[in-house]
Amino acid sequence: MSKIHVSTIVNGDPVEFLANPRETLLDALRNQLDLTGTKEGCGTGDCGACSVVVDGTLVCSCLMLAAEANGKKVETIEGMAGEELHPLQRKFIEHAALQCGYCTPGILVAAKALLERNPDPTDTEVRYWLAGNLCRCTGYDKIIRAVQDAAAEMRGAA
Amino acid sequence: MARDDVKTGYKLIGTRPNRPDGLDKVTGRARYGADFSLPGMLHAAVVRSPHAHARIVKIDASKALALDGVKAVVTRADLPTGLTGEDLNLQDNTLAGERALYDGHAVAAVAATSALLAQDAARLIEVTYEVLPHVTDVDAAMAPGAPVIREGVADFSVPEGMHGNVARYMEFGHGDVEAGFAAADIVREHTYKTEATHQGYIEPHACVGQMGEDGRGEMWVCTQGHWYIRRMSAAVLGIDAANLRVTPSEIGGGFGGKTTIFMEPLSLALSRKAGGRPVKLVMSRSEVLRATGPTASASMDVKLGMKSDGTITAGQVYFRMQGGAFPGMSPIGEALPCAFACYDIPALKHEAVEVIANRPKAAAYRAPGSPMAAFAVESLVDEMCRELKLDPIAVRLKNGATNGSKSSYGPVYNVIGLKETLEAAKDHLNYTVPLGPNQGRGVASGFWFNHGGETSVTLAVGEDGTATVMIGTPDIGGSRASIGLMVAETLGIPYENVRVNVVETGALGVNEPTHGSRATFASGKAAVEAARHAMTEMCRRAAADWGIDPEAVEWKDGAAHPAGPNAGKFPPMTIGEIGSKMGSTGGPISGHHEVTAEGVGASFGTHVVDVEVDPETGRTTILRYLVVQDAGTAIHPAYVEGQYQGGAAQGIGWALNEEYVYGADGRLQNPIFLDYRVPVASDLPMIDTVIIEVPNPGHPYGVRGVGETGITPPLPAVASAIAGATGARIRSLPCSPPKVLAAIMAARA
Repeated sequence: MSKIHVSTIVNGDPVEFLANPRETLLDALRNQLDLTGTKEGCGTGDCGACSVVVDGTLVCSCLMLAAEANGKKVETIEGMAGEELHPLQRKFIEHAALQCGYCTPGILVAAKALLERNPDPTDTEVRYWLAGNLCRCTGYDKIIRAVQDAAAEMRGAA
Repeated sequence: MARDDVKTGYKLIGTRPNRPDGLDKVTGRARYGADFSLPGMLHAAVVRSPHAHARIVKIDASKALALDGVKAVVTRADLPTGLTGEDLNLQDNTLAGERALYDGHAVAAVAATSALLAQDAARLIEVTYEVLPHVTDVDAAMAPGAPVIREGVADFSVPEGMHGNVARYMEFGHGDVEAGFAAADIVREHTYKTEATHQGYIEPHACVGQMGEDGRGEMWVCTQGHWYIRRMSAAVLGIDAANLRVTPSEIGGGFGGKTTIFMEPLSLALSRKAGGRPVKLVMSRSEVLRATGPTASASMDVKLGMKSDGTITAGQVYFRMQGGAFPGMSPIGEALPCAFACYDIPALKHEAVEVIANRPKAAAYRAPGSPMAAFAVESLVDEMCRELKLDPIAVRLKNGATNGSKSSYGPVYNVIGLKETLEAAKDHLNYTVPLGPNQGRGVASGFWFNHGGETSVTLAVGEDGTATVMIGTPDIGGSRASIGLMVAETLGIPYENVRVNVVETGALGVNEPTHGSRATFASGKAAVEAARHAMTEMCRRAAADWGIDPEAVEWKDGAAHPAGPNAGKFPPMTIGEIGSKMGSTGGPISGHHEVTAEGVGASFGTHVVDVEVDPETGRTTILRYLVVQDAGTAIHPAYVEGQYQGGAAQGIGWALNEEYVYGADGRLQNPIFLDYRVPVASDLPMIDTVIIEVPNPGHPYGVRGVGETGITPPLPAVASAIAGATGARIRSLPCSPPKVLAAIMAARA
C-alpha cells in the first residue's frame, strides 16, 4: 500500500512526512520526527504515556493514525518548555514527582491540558483527570502535590 | 534545601535538592530503551507460542524470508547447544527448544527494515505445534495426575514421593513447635493464597543489539543490571562476556523484573545473521505481561499459637510457590526467612516446596517472596488479635524482634528499627481516627533483608575542583541524587559540583544490578570510599607542595589543611586548587573502590490502612494510608518517601486488583493494562509517610536501603482492614469486588 503524505504542525513547526497507512501518530512522532519524548507503555490507550494534544484535544497518540494528523496541530512534551520550564515541569522536579520518569511526559501533557480547562481543580478532579495516566513508581502522591502547586503558582501569576 | 531536621550535623545528607536527571525527564530528553537508534538499524519481532504447553513440530520461515526487507530469522537451531543449569534455562526461555512451555513463550524472531514489516513477517512464520497437557495453578501442579511438564527438575532437596513438578524443598526452624502450640490458649490454622502479579513497569523491555561476524557485540538496553545482561546474553549465545559491551539506557521502572534477560540475546543473534546491522527489539505490553517476570503464585498454610495476652508461642508454615516453567524462580528461599522475620518466637517450623507450572519464568519483584509470606502470617496474626480482642500493634510490640534478637532464619539482628516503626504507627493520628460504618482498619509489619553485593565505583577529580562519579547501578528512583549527596558531603563540596553517571560495562569492574535495595547502600558506600581514596591522594599532593609529611594533612570542608599546630602554617588548599594543578603534581587524581559490600542493615516497616467497603458491590476504597519504615538514614528524604509510597501503591494493587488470570486453555486472559488493572490516581488517597532513622552501623552514613519493604505489609493490612469493615476475611488475593461481595454474603448467611 502506498504511503500517505502528511502535513502537520508539531510544537509550532510545520513538518511533512510519508506515513504508512497503519502507522500510529506515536510511531510517526518517535521514528519519523525523532520526538522520542512521547512514550509507548501499552499501545492500547490504557496507560497514557503517549499523551499528546491534537487541535486542543488530549489524545493517546498510540490510538491515532499518523495520517489523521494531516492538517492538524500536534503538541508534545518537547514543546512544553520555552526558554524556561513550564511551571508543571519545574514543580515535578521540585516535588520529586517522578522516579523512573517514563510516565512523566504523558502526565505533564495531560496535567497541562487539565489546568488549561480548570485552573483550580480539587485533588479529586486531578486524580480523575490523570486516571488515564499510569505511574507505577510514585503512588501518585507527589504527582498530585506537584500539579496543585503548579496550579497555585499559575493562578498567582495570572 | 534546608535539612528536614538538625540532629545529625550533616550539611547535605537529609536535604532535598533537585535530582540531576530531573530536567531531562520532564522535557522528554531522557533516553530510555526504545529511544535509542543507530544508522542502518533493523527492527525485530518475536513469534510466540499461543499454547500453554506444546511440542514444536516444525518452524517454516520461508514465506517470511521471501518478503522484501526481511533480513534474518532466528530459531533455537541458531543458538549453541550444550548449555547446562541456569544458562540452559535462560536459553530455553529466550527461545523454546523442543517444547513451548507457556503461553507467550518465544519460538522464533525476525528482523526487517521496519517494525511493521517485522510484525508482518512474524505472522508469516508458520509453526506447527502438537498441543500437550498443561497446568497453571500452583496447587493443581502438584496434585496427583497433574502432567509433569518437564522431566528431572527436582534437585537433591526434594524428598522421595513428591510430584514430578516439585523442583525444590526447604525446611528449617528452631524450638519445640508442638510444645509451643500446647502452651498456647488458642491455636489457629488457615491456608492463604496469592495470585501472580507483574512488576508493571510502564516501560516495556527494549534493546538495540549489534554483533558482527567476529562475534563481538554491543547492546543498549533498559536494565537494572548491565553486567547481568552481559553475562547472561553471552552465555545464551555461547560467547565470552568480554566480547560484549553493554550500555544501560535510562530505565522506565524495573522493580526486579529487569534484572534478567528475556529477549535481549535475540537482537544480537539477529544482528549477526543480518551482516552486523544493529537490531532494535521492543516488546509490546502484551508480550511484557505474557512472557516476562511475573511473581510466583503461592498457596500457604500457616499455624500459630497465641496466649490470651498476645504472646505468640509457636508458628509453623508450609508454603507452595510456583515460579513458572523453570526451576529456581519461585522465591521460597526468601519467603520462608521473611515469614516470621518481624517476630521473636521461641518455636518455629518452616517448610516450602517450589513447583513448576506452564507459566512464564518468574523474575524478582520488589522484596521477592516477602509480600506473600506477610500476607499469610500477618493475616493470621490479625485474625487472632481480633478473636482475642487485642490491639494488633501491642501484640507486635510484645512479640517483635529487636536489637540482638536471633532472627527467625538464623542470624542475630544488629541494630534494627521494627519497634520504632510500631511505636510511631501507634502514635500517629491515622491510628486514632474514628471509623464509620462499613469502614475498617488494618495493620501489618514487613521485612526485607536488604543487600550488599558486588560493587565497583570510580571517582575522578576535575580540573575545576568538581567530582565525576562512575557507578554501575542504574538509577531508577533517584540514586544519582542520593549518591551525589553522599559524595559531596564526604568531599565537603557543593552537591552541584558532583556529577554521578551510570556507566557501561567497559568502564568499571563487575557490578550487580540495582536490586535488593542496594544501590544507595552499596554504590553509595563504595562512592564514599572512592571519595576518601581521592581525598588521601589530594592530601598527599598538598603535603608535597607544602613540604610536610602526608600524615600531617587532613581533609575537611573541601580542602586540605595542615593537621595540628606541628604541621606548619599553610592556608587550606581547596579541591579546586589541587585539581587545577594536578597535571604538574603527579597527574590525574581518581578514587576507586570495589567490594562485595557487607554491613547490610535489615529493613522493617509498619503500615496502617483504613478502608471503606461498599456492602452492595464489594468495592473497597482506601480512605487513608500510613507507611512507617526505618530508612537507617534518609539521604534524600523525598526519594525515600517516594519508595515508601510507590511500594505501598504496588502492594495495594496486589491486594485489591492485580492478578494473572489463566483460562482453561492455559492462556493468559488479561495481557493488557485494561484488564491487568494496576492502581490509577483515582484509586488512591495521599499516602502518609513517617521516616524512622535508626542508622545502620554498617554504612558510613547509616543507610539501610528503602526500596522493597514497603510492598510487603499492604497485602495483609488491606485484607485485615476489609475484615474489620465487613466481618469477612479474604484469604485469597486479590480482594476484588466480586470476591469481597461473595464473602460478605457468606458471612451474613
